Amino acid sequence: MIKVHHLQYKAGQRNLVDNLSFEANKGEMLAILGANGAGKSTLMKLLCREILPSSGNILFNGLNLNTYKLADLAKTRAVLSQSNTLSISFIVEELIMMGRYPHFGQNPVVKDLQVVKSVMEETGITHLAKRDYNTLSGGEQQRVQLARVMAQVYDSDHACLFLDEPTNGLDLLYQQHIMVLARSLADRGYCVICILHDINFASRFADKILMLKNGKRVAYGRPLEVINCENIHETFSIHVKLMPCEEYKCPLVIPAVGFA
Amino acid sequence: MLLLFLVFTMLISSCLGSVKINISELISMITYYTGISNVRHFQEQQAAVFLNIRLPRVLRGGMIGAALGVSGAAIQGLFRNPLAEPGLIGISSGATLFAVLMIVLEIGVFKTLKGNLGSYALSISAFIGAGITTMIVHRIAMKNGKTNITSLLLSGIAINALAYAFIGLLTYLASDAQLRNITFWNLGSLGGANWQSVSILLPFVLIPLVALPFLSKSLNTLALGESQAIHMGVAVKQIKTFVVVLSTMAVGASVAVAGTIGFIGLIIPHILRMAFTSDHRLVIPGSALLGAALLTLADLVARTIVSPAELPIGILTAMIGTPFFIYIIISERNKKHIP
Repeated sequence: MIKVHHLQYKAGQRNLVDNLSFEANKGEMLAILGANGAGKSTLMKLLCREILPSSGNILFNGLNLNTYKLADLAKTRAVLSQSNTLSISFIVEELIMMGRYPHFGQNPVVKDLQVVKSVMEETGITHLAKRDYNTLSGGEQQRVQLARVMAQVYDSDHACLFLDEPTNGLDLLYQQHIMVLARSLADRGYCVICILHDINFASRFADKILMLKNGKRVAYGRPLEVINCENIHETFSIHVKLMPCEEYKCPLVIPAVGFA
Repeated sequence: MLLLFLVFTMLISSCLGSVKINISELISMITYYTGISNVRHFQEQQAAVFLNIRLPRVLRGGMIGAALGVSGAAIQGLFRNPLAEPGLIGISSGATLFAVLMIVLEIGVFKTLKGNLGSYALSISAFIGAGITTMIVHRIAMKNGKTNITSLLLSGIAINALAYAFIGLLTYLASDAQLRNITFWNLGSLGGANWQSVSILLPFVLIPLVALPFLSKSLNTLALGESQAIHMGVAVKQIKTFVVVLSTMAVGASVAVAGTIGFIGLIIPHILRMAFTSDHRLVIPGSALLGAALLTLADLVARTIVSPAELPIGILTAMIGTPFFIYIIISERNKKHIP
Protein backbone atom coordinates (compact mmCIF):
# COMPACT_ATOMS: atom_id res chain seq x y z
CA MET A 1 0.00 0.00 0.00
CA ILE A 2 2.43 2.62 1.22
CA LYS A 3 6.16 1.98 1.18
CA VAL A 4 8.58 4.63 2.33
CA HIS A 5 12.27 4.36 1.40
CA HIS A 6 15.00 6.48 2.96
CA LEU A 7 12.77 9.50 3.07
CA GLN A 8 14.52 12.79 3.70
CA TYR A 9 13.21 16.32 4.01
CA LYS A 10 15.45 19.31 4.54
CA ALA A 11 14.50 22.80 5.59
CA GLY A 12 17.61 24.93 5.36
CA GLN A 13 20.39 22.97 7.09
CA ARG A 14 18.07 20.95 9.28
CA ASN A 15 16.77 17.51 8.48
CA LEU A 16 13.15 17.54 9.54
CA VAL A 17 12.66 14.01 8.30
CA ASP A 18 15.81 11.94 8.30
CA ASN A 19 16.30 8.67 6.45
CA LEU A 20 12.93 7.14 7.30
CA SER A 21 11.83 3.77 5.96
CA PHE A 22 8.61 1.99 6.83
CA GLU A 23 5.50 0.58 5.26
CA ALA A 24 1.80 0.28 5.93
CA ASN A 25 -0.48 -2.25 4.29
CA LYS A 26 -4.10 -2.73 3.42
CA GLY A 27 -6.15 -3.39 6.55
CA GLU A 28 -3.45 -2.08 8.86
CA MET A 29 -3.36 0.83 11.23
CA LEU A 30 0.01 2.49 11.70
CA ALA A 31 0.40 4.91 14.58
CA ILE A 32 3.09 7.57 14.51
CA LEU A 33 4.34 8.68 17.93
CA GLY A 34 6.77 11.40 18.82
CA ALA A 35 7.30 14.50 20.92
CA ASN A 36 6.43 17.97 19.65
CA GLY A 37 8.77 18.92 16.83
CA ALA A 38 9.79 15.32 16.15
CA GLY A 39 8.78 15.69 12.49
CA LYS A 40 5.42 13.94 12.63
CA SER A 41 3.52 16.67 10.85
CA THR A 42 6.24 17.10 8.25
CA LEU A 43 6.14 13.37 7.62
CA MET A 44 2.36 13.56 7.24
CA LYS A 45 2.70 16.40 4.73
CA LEU A 46 5.19 14.35 2.74
CA LEU A 47 2.88 11.34 2.75
CA CYS A 48 -0.02 13.51 1.59
CA ARG A 49 2.13 15.12 -1.08
CA GLU A 50 1.59 18.57 0.27
CA ILE A 51 5.36 18.93 0.13
CA LEU A 52 7.94 16.99 -1.87
CA PRO A 53 10.81 15.04 -0.29
CA SER A 54 14.43 16.20 -0.66
CA SER A 55 15.42 12.61 -1.34
CA GLY A 56 14.10 9.09 -0.98
CA ASN A 57 10.72 8.06 -2.23
CA ILE A 58 7.20 7.07 -1.29
CA LEU A 59 5.46 4.29 -3.16
CA PHE A 60 1.68 4.43 -3.11
CA ASN A 61 0.03 1.27 -4.42
CA GLY A 62 3.27 0.41 -6.18
CA LEU A 63 3.70 3.74 -7.96
CA ASN A 64 5.82 6.69 -6.97
CA LEU A 65 3.61 9.23 -5.20
CA ASN A 66 4.92 12.05 -7.41
CA THR A 67 3.54 10.44 -10.54
CA TYR A 68 -0.07 10.69 -9.36
CA LYS A 69 -2.33 13.51 -10.39
CA LEU A 70 -3.76 15.33 -7.37
CA ALA A 71 -7.28 14.64 -8.60
CA ASP A 72 -6.63 10.89 -8.93
CA LEU A 73 -4.89 10.71 -5.59
CA ALA A 74 -7.93 12.33 -3.98
CA LYS A 75 -10.07 9.38 -5.01
CA THR A 76 -8.08 6.85 -3.00
CA ARG A 77 -6.56 8.76 -0.12
CA ALA A 78 -8.15 11.18 2.29
CA VAL A 79 -6.69 13.30 5.05
CA LEU A 80 -8.16 14.43 8.34
CA SER A 81 -6.15 17.49 9.30
CA GLN A 82 -5.58 18.86 12.74
CA SER A 83 -7.34 22.17 12.52
CA ASN A 84 -10.71 22.13 10.85
CA THR A 85 -12.24 25.55 10.95
CA LEU A 86 -14.65 26.68 8.28
CA SER A 87 -14.31 30.19 6.94
CA ILE A 88 -17.77 30.18 5.48
CA SER A 89 -20.46 28.26 7.26
CA PHE A 90 -21.86 25.12 5.67
CA ILE A 91 -24.46 22.70 6.90
CA VAL A 92 -23.17 19.25 7.86
CA GLU A 93 -24.66 17.47 4.87
CA GLU A 94 -23.08 19.87 2.38
CA LEU A 95 -19.74 19.58 4.11
CA ILE A 96 -19.73 15.80 3.92
CA MET A 97 -20.76 16.00 0.27
CA MET A 98 -17.50 17.88 -0.35
CA GLY A 99 -15.78 14.58 0.31
CA ARG A 100 -17.47 13.29 -2.84
CA TYR A 101 -16.27 16.21 -4.99
CA PRO A 102 -13.37 14.25 -6.52
CA HIS A 103 -15.92 11.74 -7.81
CA PHE A 104 -18.45 13.85 -9.66
CA GLY A 105 -18.56 16.76 -12.12
CA GLN A 106 -20.96 19.60 -11.41
CA ASN A 107 -23.69 17.66 -9.62
CA PRO A 108 -23.73 14.59 -7.35
CA VAL A 109 -25.27 11.36 -8.61
CA VAL A 110 -27.37 8.88 -6.64
CA LYS A 111 -24.30 6.97 -5.52
CA ASP A 112 -22.78 10.07 -3.92
CA LEU A 113 -25.95 10.75 -1.98
CA GLN A 114 -25.98 7.15 -0.76
CA VAL A 115 -22.38 7.34 0.38
CA VAL A 116 -23.06 10.53 2.31
CA LYS A 117 -26.01 8.85 3.99
CA SER A 118 -23.99 5.75 4.87
CA VAL A 119 -21.04 7.59 6.38
CA MET A 120 -23.38 9.72 8.47
CA GLU A 121 -24.97 6.58 9.84
CA GLU A 122 -21.63 4.94 10.53
CA THR A 123 -20.30 7.96 12.39
CA GLY A 124 -23.59 8.45 14.19
CA ILE A 125 -24.25 11.99 13.01
CA THR A 126 -27.41 11.53 10.96
CA HIS A 127 -29.30 13.74 13.41
CA LEU A 128 -26.84 16.58 12.73
CA ALA A 129 -27.34 16.54 8.94
CA LYS A 130 -29.09 19.91 8.71
CA ARG A 131 -27.11 21.67 11.43
CA ASP A 132 -24.70 24.52 10.76
CA TYR A 133 -21.18 23.10 11.16
CA ASN A 134 -19.91 26.11 13.09
CA THR A 135 -22.51 25.62 15.83
CA LEU A 136 -21.41 22.04 16.63
CA SER A 137 -19.23 21.06 19.58
CA GLY A 138 -15.61 20.03 19.02
CA GLY A 139 -16.43 16.33 19.25
CA GLU A 140 -19.29 16.60 16.81
CA GLN A 141 -17.19 18.63 14.40
CA GLN A 142 -14.47 16.00 14.48
CA ARG A 143 -16.94 13.24 13.69
CA VAL A 144 -18.36 15.27 10.81
CA GLN A 145 -14.85 15.76 9.43
CA LEU A 146 -14.14 12.05 9.78
CA ALA A 147 -17.38 11.32 7.93
CA ARG A 148 -16.21 13.66 5.18
CA VAL A 149 -12.86 11.91 4.70
CA MET A 150 -14.59 8.53 4.86
CA ALA A 151 -16.98 9.63 2.12
CA GLN A 152 -14.02 10.65 -0.01
CA VAL A 153 -12.55 7.15 -0.21
CA TYR A 154 -15.65 5.14 0.68
CA ASP A 155 -15.81 2.94 -2.41
CA SER A 156 -12.11 2.61 -3.12
CA ASP A 157 -10.47 -0.79 -2.81
CA HIS A 158 -7.11 0.70 -1.96
CA ALA A 159 -8.29 3.44 0.31
CA CYS A 160 -5.77 5.11 2.52
CA LEU A 161 -6.67 7.41 5.40
CA PHE A 162 -4.35 9.85 7.12
CA LEU A 163 -5.47 11.09 10.49
CA ASP A 164 -3.47 13.88 12.10
CA GLU A 165 -4.09 13.73 15.86
CA PRO A 166 -7.73 12.76 15.44
CA THR A 167 -8.42 12.76 19.18
CA ASN A 168 -6.97 16.19 19.83
CA GLY A 169 -9.08 18.31 22.15
CA LEU A 170 -11.83 15.73 22.57
CA ASP A 171 -13.16 14.30 25.82
CA LEU A 172 -12.61 10.66 26.74
CA LEU A 173 -15.83 9.40 25.22
CA TYR A 174 -15.27 11.07 21.85
CA GLN A 175 -11.60 10.01 21.80
CA GLN A 176 -12.76 6.44 22.24
CA HIS A 177 -15.44 6.93 19.59
CA ILE A 178 -13.02 8.20 16.98
CA MET A 179 -10.42 5.50 17.66
CA VAL A 180 -12.98 2.70 17.50
CA LEU A 181 -14.21 4.10 14.20
CA ALA A 182 -10.68 4.36 12.84
CA ARG A 183 -9.97 0.79 13.90
CA SER A 184 -13.15 -0.46 12.21
CA LEU A 185 -12.07 1.27 9.01
CA ALA A 186 -8.75 -0.56 9.11
CA ASP A 187 -10.58 -3.83 9.73
CA ARG A 188 -12.70 -3.12 6.68
CA GLY A 189 -9.55 -3.00 4.57
CA TYR A 190 -8.47 0.64 4.63
CA CYS A 191 -4.89 1.50 5.32
CA VAL A 192 -5.01 3.94 8.24
CA ILE A 193 -2.04 6.04 9.26
CA CYS A 194 -2.51 8.27 12.26
CA ILE A 195 -0.47 10.59 14.39
CA LEU A 196 -1.26 10.07 18.05
CA HIS A 197 -0.12 11.55 21.33
CA ASP A 198 -1.55 8.90 23.60
CA ILE A 199 0.81 5.92 23.76
CA ASN A 200 -1.88 3.70 25.27
CA PHE A 201 -4.27 4.46 22.46
CA ALA A 202 -1.55 3.65 19.95
CA SER A 203 -0.66 0.32 21.51
CA ARG A 204 -4.29 -0.64 21.93
CA PHE A 205 -5.62 0.20 18.45
CA ALA A 206 -2.69 0.16 16.04
CA ASP A 207 -1.10 -2.81 14.33
CA LYS A 208 2.22 -1.07 14.02
CA ILE A 209 3.90 1.85 15.72
CA LEU A 210 6.54 4.20 14.35
CA MET A 211 8.37 6.26 16.98
CA LEU A 212 10.14 9.42 15.86
CA LYS A 213 12.68 11.75 17.36
CA ASN A 214 14.27 14.68 15.52
CA GLY A 215 12.99 13.26 12.27
CA LYS A 216 14.75 9.94 12.87
CA ARG A 217 13.26 6.55 13.52
CA VAL A 218 13.58 5.44 17.16
CA ALA A 219 11.55 2.26 16.85
CA TYR A 220 9.24 0.62 14.38
CA GLY A 221 7.23 -2.56 14.82
CA ARG A 222 4.30 -4.20 16.52
CA PRO A 223 3.17 -2.55 19.78
CA LEU A 224 4.48 -5.38 21.96
CA GLU A 225 7.91 -5.10 20.33
CA VAL A 226 8.37 -1.35 20.55
CA ILE A 227 6.53 -0.23 23.69
CA ASN A 228 9.19 -0.36 26.36
CA CYS A 229 10.71 2.08 28.83
CA GLU A 230 13.90 2.66 26.79
CA ASN A 231 12.12 3.53 23.54
CA ILE A 232 9.68 5.82 25.29
CA HIS A 233 12.47 7.57 27.18
CA GLU A 234 14.38 7.98 23.95
CA THR A 235 11.33 9.39 22.16
CA PHE A 236 9.71 11.56 24.78
CA SER A 237 12.57 12.10 27.31
CA ILE A 238 10.35 10.88 30.10
CA HIS A 239 10.64 7.95 32.49
CA VAL A 240 7.67 5.63 32.49
CA LYS A 241 6.43 2.47 34.09
CA LEU A 242 4.73 -0.35 32.28
CA MET A 243 1.65 -1.79 33.92
CA PRO A 244 0.28 -5.05 32.57
CA CYS A 245 -3.46 -5.11 32.31
CA GLU A 246 -5.20 -8.35 31.50
CA GLU A 247 -7.75 -6.90 29.09
CA TYR A 248 -5.09 -5.20 26.96
CA LYS A 249 -2.66 -7.04 24.74
CA CYS A 250 0.04 -4.51 25.57
CA PRO A 251 1.00 -3.15 29.01
CA LEU A 252 -0.25 0.33 29.88
CA VAL A 253 2.26 3.14 30.02
CA ILE A 254 2.15 5.58 32.92
CA PRO A 255 4.66 8.29 33.85
CA ALA A 256 6.98 7.26 36.67
CA VAL A 257 6.84 9.30 39.87
CA GLY A 258 9.88 11.24 41.01
CA PHE A 259 11.54 11.98 37.67
CA ALA A 260 11.57 15.20 35.74
CA MET B 1 -36.80 33.04 -9.30
CA LEU B 2 -33.84 35.40 -9.21
CA LEU B 3 -33.88 35.49 -12.98
CA LEU B 4 -37.52 36.61 -13.01
CA PHE B 5 -36.73 39.25 -10.42
CA LEU B 6 -33.90 40.49 -12.62
CA VAL B 7 -36.02 40.69 -15.77
CA PHE B 8 -38.75 42.43 -13.80
CA THR B 9 -36.46 45.09 -12.30
CA MET B 10 -34.86 45.67 -15.69
CA LEU B 11 -38.22 46.24 -17.36
CA ILE B 12 -39.42 48.58 -14.64
CA SER B 13 -36.17 50.44 -14.68
CA SER B 14 -36.23 50.93 -18.42
CA CYS B 15 -39.76 52.34 -18.26
CA LEU B 16 -39.37 54.84 -15.45
CA GLY B 17 -37.60 58.16 -15.63
CA SER B 18 -38.25 61.67 -16.83
CA VAL B 19 -39.81 60.21 -19.96
CA LYS B 20 -42.29 57.59 -18.79
CA ILE B 21 -43.25 54.55 -20.81
CA ASN B 22 -46.20 52.42 -19.72
CA ILE B 23 -46.56 48.68 -20.14
CA SER B 24 -48.74 48.73 -23.25
CA GLU B 25 -46.39 51.18 -24.93
CA LEU B 26 -43.49 48.94 -24.05
CA ILE B 27 -45.16 45.86 -25.48
CA SER B 28 -46.10 47.79 -28.58
CA MET B 29 -42.51 48.93 -28.95
CA ILE B 30 -41.23 45.39 -28.68
CA THR B 31 -43.71 43.98 -31.16
CA TYR B 32 -43.12 46.85 -33.58
CA TYR B 33 -39.35 46.57 -33.63
CA THR B 34 -39.31 42.78 -33.78
CA GLY B 35 -41.66 42.97 -36.77
CA ILE B 36 -44.55 41.14 -35.16
CA SER B 37 -46.90 44.07 -35.51
CA ASN B 38 -46.73 47.24 -37.55
CA VAL B 39 -49.03 49.30 -35.40
CA ARG B 40 -47.33 51.98 -33.33
CA HIS B 41 -48.83 52.79 -29.96
CA PHE B 42 -45.97 54.93 -28.76
CA GLN B 43 -44.31 58.22 -29.50
CA GLU B 44 -41.13 58.65 -31.46
CA GLN B 45 -39.48 60.33 -28.49
CA GLN B 46 -40.29 57.44 -26.17
CA ALA B 47 -38.70 54.98 -28.54
CA ALA B 48 -35.61 57.11 -28.90
CA VAL B 49 -35.22 57.39 -25.14
CA PHE B 50 -35.87 53.71 -24.63
CA LEU B 51 -33.52 52.42 -27.30
CA ASN B 52 -30.65 54.86 -27.06
CA ILE B 53 -30.61 55.85 -23.40
CA ARG B 54 -32.65 53.59 -21.12
CA LEU B 55 -31.90 50.20 -22.59
CA PRO B 56 -28.11 50.54 -22.80
CA ARG B 57 -28.07 52.06 -19.33
CA VAL B 58 -30.12 49.28 -17.81
CA LEU B 59 -28.12 46.60 -19.59
CA ARG B 60 -24.84 48.15 -18.56
CA GLY B 61 -26.03 48.59 -14.97
CA GLY B 62 -27.10 44.96 -14.95
CA MET B 63 -23.75 43.81 -16.26
CA ILE B 64 -21.87 45.86 -13.70
CA GLY B 65 -24.08 44.57 -10.91
CA ALA B 66 -23.52 41.01 -12.07
CA ALA B 67 -19.78 41.60 -12.35
CA LEU B 68 -19.51 43.11 -8.87
CA GLY B 69 -21.73 40.44 -7.30
CA VAL B 70 -19.95 37.50 -8.87
CA SER B 71 -16.46 38.80 -8.18
CA GLY B 72 -17.41 39.62 -4.61
CA ALA B 73 -18.59 36.05 -4.09
CA ALA B 74 -15.47 34.60 -5.70
CA ILE B 75 -13.08 36.84 -3.77
CA GLN B 76 -14.77 36.04 -0.48
CA GLY B 77 -14.35 32.37 -1.30
CA LEU B 78 -10.71 32.81 -2.25
CA PHE B 79 -9.76 34.86 0.80
CA ARG B 80 -11.80 32.51 2.95
CA ASN B 81 -13.50 35.48 4.49
CA PRO B 82 -16.98 36.93 4.19
CA LEU B 83 -15.66 40.46 4.70
CA ALA B 84 -13.43 40.54 1.64
CA GLU B 85 -14.91 42.92 -0.88
CA PRO B 86 -13.29 44.49 -3.93
CA GLY B 87 -13.83 48.05 -2.66
CA LEU B 88 -12.92 47.39 0.92
CA ILE B 89 -9.65 45.58 0.33
CA GLY B 90 -8.38 48.08 -2.21
CA ILE B 91 -9.01 46.37 -5.53
CA SER B 92 -11.41 49.04 -6.76
CA SER B 93 -9.12 51.87 -5.75
CA GLY B 94 -6.24 50.15 -7.50
CA ALA B 95 -8.35 50.01 -10.62
CA THR B 96 -9.42 53.64 -10.16
CA LEU B 97 -5.83 54.76 -9.77
CA PHE B 98 -4.83 53.13 -13.03
CA ALA B 99 -7.87 54.53 -14.80
CA VAL B 100 -7.11 58.04 -13.52
CA LEU B 101 -3.45 57.64 -14.44
CA MET B 102 -4.62 56.80 -17.90
CA ILE B 103 -6.80 59.90 -18.14
CA VAL B 104 -4.38 62.41 -16.75
CA LEU B 105 -1.06 61.20 -18.00
CA GLU B 106 -1.90 60.68 -21.62
CA ILE B 107 1.66 59.90 -22.38
CA GLY B 108 4.02 57.16 -23.40
CA VAL B 109 2.79 53.69 -22.66
CA PHE B 110 -0.76 54.79 -22.21
CA LYS B 111 -0.86 56.53 -25.55
CA THR B 112 0.40 53.51 -27.42
CA LEU B 113 -2.04 51.38 -25.45
CA LYS B 114 -4.86 53.63 -26.51
CA GLY B 115 -3.64 53.54 -30.08
CA ASN B 116 -3.69 49.78 -30.19
CA LEU B 117 -6.69 48.97 -28.08
CA GLY B 118 -8.95 51.97 -28.67
CA SER B 119 -11.81 52.17 -26.22
CA TYR B 120 -10.73 48.96 -24.50
CA ALA B 121 -7.59 50.66 -23.20
CA LEU B 122 -9.26 52.13 -20.13
CA SER B 123 -10.84 48.81 -19.17
CA ILE B 124 -7.55 47.01 -19.60
CA SER B 125 -5.54 49.46 -17.54
CA ALA B 126 -8.16 49.34 -14.78
CA PHE B 127 -7.98 45.56 -14.97
CA ILE B 128 -4.20 45.66 -14.58
CA GLY B 129 -4.55 48.01 -11.62
CA ALA B 130 -7.09 45.72 -10.01
CA GLY B 131 -4.89 42.69 -10.64
CA ILE B 132 -1.79 44.24 -9.12
CA THR B 133 -3.61 45.33 -5.98
CA THR B 134 -5.22 41.92 -5.54
CA MET B 135 -1.80 40.29 -5.73
CA ILE B 136 -0.39 42.73 -3.16
CA VAL B 137 -3.31 42.27 -0.79
CA HIS B 138 -3.16 38.52 -1.16
CA ARG B 139 0.57 38.53 -0.39
CA ILE B 140 0.13 40.65 2.70
CA ALA B 141 -2.91 38.90 4.12
CA MET B 142 -2.23 35.21 3.51
CA LYS B 143 -0.03 33.26 5.84
CA ASN B 144 0.22 29.48 5.85
CA GLY B 145 -2.87 29.26 3.73
CA LYS B 146 -4.98 31.31 6.09
CA THR B 147 -6.21 34.82 5.63
CA ASN B 148 -5.38 37.03 8.50
CA ILE B 149 -8.44 39.23 8.54
CA THR B 150 -6.72 42.04 10.40
CA SER B 151 -3.91 42.20 7.86
CA LEU B 152 -6.43 41.91 5.07
CA LEU B 153 -8.50 44.89 6.13
CA LEU B 154 -5.48 46.90 7.23
CA SER B 155 -3.72 46.35 3.94
CA GLY B 156 -6.99 47.38 2.29
CA ILE B 157 -6.93 50.63 4.26
CA ALA B 158 -3.27 51.17 3.40
CA ILE B 159 -3.79 50.54 -0.30
CA ASN B 160 -6.89 52.70 -0.39
CA ALA B 161 -5.00 55.51 1.34
CA LEU B 162 -2.04 55.22 -1.01
CA ALA B 163 -4.19 54.99 -4.11
CA TYR B 164 -6.25 58.01 -3.08
CA ALA B 165 -3.08 59.95 -2.30
CA PHE B 166 -1.91 59.34 -5.85
CA ILE B 167 -5.35 60.08 -7.21
CA GLY B 168 -5.23 63.33 -5.21
CA LEU B 169 -1.88 64.16 -6.73
CA LEU B 170 -3.20 63.46 -10.21
CA THR B 171 -6.29 65.55 -9.47
CA TYR B 172 -3.98 68.41 -8.61
CA LEU B 173 -2.21 68.01 -11.93
CA ALA B 174 -5.35 67.52 -13.97
CA SER B 175 -6.96 69.98 -16.32
CA ASP B 176 -10.58 71.06 -15.85
CA ALA B 177 -12.00 68.53 -18.28
CA GLN B 178 -9.96 65.73 -16.78
CA LEU B 179 -11.08 66.81 -13.33
CA ARG B 180 -14.73 66.24 -14.12
CA ASN B 181 -13.86 62.80 -15.37
CA ILE B 182 -11.98 61.97 -12.18
CA THR B 183 -14.75 63.14 -9.85
CA PHE B 184 -17.08 60.89 -11.75
CA TRP B 185 -14.79 57.94 -11.13
CA ASN B 186 -14.54 58.59 -7.44
CA LEU B 187 -18.28 58.71 -6.92
CA GLY B 188 -19.37 56.08 -9.39
CA SER B 189 -22.11 56.57 -11.91
CA LEU B 190 -24.03 54.57 -14.42
CA GLY B 191 -24.84 57.65 -16.48
CA GLY B 192 -23.68 58.33 -20.03
CA ALA B 193 -24.33 54.83 -21.22
CA ASN B 194 -24.46 54.13 -24.92
CA TRP B 195 -24.30 50.99 -26.98
CA GLN B 196 -20.59 51.41 -27.51
CA SER B 197 -19.84 51.34 -23.78
CA VAL B 198 -22.10 48.31 -23.44
CA SER B 199 -20.12 46.45 -26.06
CA ILE B 200 -16.81 47.45 -24.44
CA LEU B 201 -17.93 46.05 -21.12
CA LEU B 202 -19.50 42.88 -22.47
CA PRO B 203 -16.45 40.63 -22.93
CA PHE B 204 -14.94 41.63 -19.59
CA VAL B 205 -18.12 40.67 -17.78
CA LEU B 206 -19.18 37.72 -19.88
CA ILE B 207 -15.97 35.73 -19.53
CA PRO B 208 -15.95 35.79 -15.69
CA LEU B 209 -19.69 35.15 -15.59
CA VAL B 210 -19.34 32.02 -17.66
CA ALA B 211 -16.08 30.78 -16.15
CA LEU B 212 -16.43 31.44 -12.41
CA PRO B 213 -19.31 29.01 -11.78
CA PHE B 214 -17.00 26.21 -12.88
CA LEU B 215 -14.75 27.01 -9.93
CA SER B 216 -17.58 26.70 -7.38
CA LYS B 217 -16.66 23.24 -6.14
CA SER B 218 -13.06 24.24 -5.63
CA LEU B 219 -14.09 27.37 -3.77
CA ASN B 220 -16.25 25.23 -1.49
CA THR B 221 -13.30 23.05 -0.58
CA LEU B 222 -11.18 26.15 0.01
CA ALA B 223 -13.55 27.06 2.83
CA LEU B 224 -12.04 24.09 4.69
CA GLY B 225 -8.51 25.33 4.21
CA GLU B 226 -5.85 25.24 1.54
CA SER B 227 -4.24 21.96 2.51
CA GLN B 228 -7.63 20.35 2.89
CA ALA B 229 -8.48 21.51 -0.63
CA ILE B 230 -5.22 20.00 -1.90
CA HIS B 231 -6.11 16.73 -0.17
CA MET B 232 -9.37 16.74 -2.05
CA GLY B 233 -7.52 16.98 -5.32
CA VAL B 234 -7.90 20.69 -5.99
CA ALA B 235 -5.04 22.41 -7.78
CA VAL B 236 -5.14 25.35 -5.38
CA LYS B 237 -2.52 27.51 -7.08
CA GLN B 238 -4.25 27.39 -10.43
CA ILE B 239 -7.65 28.04 -8.89
CA LYS B 240 -6.25 31.09 -7.11
CA THR B 241 -4.84 32.49 -10.31
CA PHE B 242 -8.10 31.89 -12.14
CA VAL B 243 -10.19 33.54 -9.45
CA VAL B 244 -7.88 36.54 -9.19
CA VAL B 245 -7.71 37.05 -12.96
CA LEU B 246 -11.41 36.55 -13.58
CA SER B 247 -12.72 38.62 -10.71
CA THR B 248 -10.28 41.48 -11.20
CA MET B 249 -11.25 41.43 -14.85
CA ALA B 250 -14.86 42.02 -13.89
CA VAL B 251 -14.10 44.59 -11.21
CA GLY B 252 -11.55 46.40 -13.35
CA ALA B 253 -13.88 46.75 -16.29
CA SER B 254 -16.74 47.89 -14.06
CA VAL B 255 -14.58 50.54 -12.47
CA ALA B 256 -13.39 51.67 -15.88
CA VAL B 257 -16.90 52.40 -17.13
CA ALA B 258 -18.74 53.29 -13.93
CA GLY B 259 -16.22 54.23 -11.26
CA THR B 260 -16.24 52.88 -7.74
CA ILE B 261 -19.55 51.35 -6.77
CA GLY B 262 -18.96 49.91 -3.33
CA PHE B 263 -20.55 47.23 -1.20
CA ILE B 264 -22.49 45.40 -3.93
CA GLY B 265 -19.87 42.65 -3.87
CA LEU B 266 -20.09 42.46 -0.09
CA ILE B 267 -23.83 42.44 0.41
CA ILE B 268 -25.08 40.26 -2.42
CA PRO B 269 -23.25 37.00 -1.61
CA HIS B 270 -24.05 37.53 2.05
CA ILE B 271 -27.79 37.81 1.42
CA LEU B 272 -27.69 34.60 -0.61
CA ARG B 273 -25.75 32.76 2.06
CA MET B 274 -28.18 33.83 4.75
CA ALA B 275 -31.24 33.04 2.67
CA PHE B 276 -30.20 29.77 1.05
CA THR B 277 -26.81 28.11 1.42
CA SER B 278 -23.08 28.79 1.37
CA ASP B 279 -22.63 26.40 -1.54
CA HIS B 280 -20.78 28.39 -4.19
CA ARG B 281 -22.60 26.43 -6.86
CA LEU B 282 -25.60 28.54 -5.90
CA VAL B 283 -23.89 31.62 -4.49
CA ILE B 284 -21.77 32.39 -7.57
CA PRO B 285 -24.47 32.38 -10.27
CA GLY B 286 -26.98 33.73 -7.74
CA SER B 287 -24.72 36.67 -6.92
CA ALA B 288 -24.58 37.55 -10.61
CA LEU B 289 -28.37 37.62 -10.92
CA LEU B 290 -29.11 39.33 -7.63
CA GLY B 291 -26.25 41.78 -8.12
CA ALA B 292 -27.61 42.76 -11.51
CA ALA B 293 -31.14 43.13 -10.16
CA LEU B 294 -30.20 45.19 -7.11
CA LEU B 295 -27.87 47.50 -8.97
CA THR B 296 -30.53 48.10 -11.60
CA LEU B 297 -32.93 48.94 -8.81
CA ALA B 298 -30.41 51.19 -7.06
CA ASP B 299 -29.75 52.98 -10.32
CA LEU B 300 -33.47 53.52 -10.80
CA VAL B 301 -33.63 55.15 -7.38
CA ALA B 302 -30.46 57.16 -8.00
CA ARG B 303 -31.76 58.72 -11.18
CA THR B 304 -35.38 59.29 -10.17
CA ILE B 305 -35.16 60.38 -6.55
CA VAL B 306 -33.74 63.85 -7.30
CA SER B 307 -34.99 63.99 -10.90
CA PRO B 308 -34.17 65.67 -13.22
CA ALA B 309 -30.73 65.66 -11.60
CA GLU B 310 -29.21 62.35 -10.56
CA LEU B 311 -27.42 61.03 -7.52
CA PRO B 312 -24.04 59.33 -8.07
CA ILE B 313 -24.87 55.69 -7.49
CA GLY B 314 -21.68 55.05 -5.52
CA ILE B 315 -23.02 57.37 -2.83
CA LEU B 316 -26.28 55.46 -2.69
CA THR B 317 -24.70 52.00 -2.44
CA ALA B 318 -22.31 53.23 0.24
CA MET B 319 -25.18 54.69 2.26
CA ILE B 320 -27.07 51.41 2.18
CA GLY B 321 -23.98 49.20 2.27
CA THR B 322 -22.09 50.64 5.22
CA PRO B 323 -24.75 49.87 7.85
CA PHE B 324 -25.01 46.39 6.39
CA PHE B 325 -21.22 46.02 6.61
CA ILE B 326 -21.30 47.00 10.27
CA TYR B 327 -24.07 44.49 10.83
CA ILE B 328 -21.93 41.71 9.30
CA ILE B 329 -18.95 42.66 11.46
CA ILE B 330 -21.10 42.44 14.59
CA SER B 331 -22.68 39.13 13.65
CA GLU B 332 -19.23 37.70 12.78
CA ARG B 333 -17.96 38.84 16.16
CA ASN B 334 -20.81 37.14 17.96
CA LYS B 335 -20.21 33.84 16.21
CA LYS B 336 -18.10 31.24 17.89
CA HIS B 337 -14.70 32.34 16.74
CA ILE B 338 -11.78 29.98 16.46
CA PRO B 339 -8.54 31.70 15.47
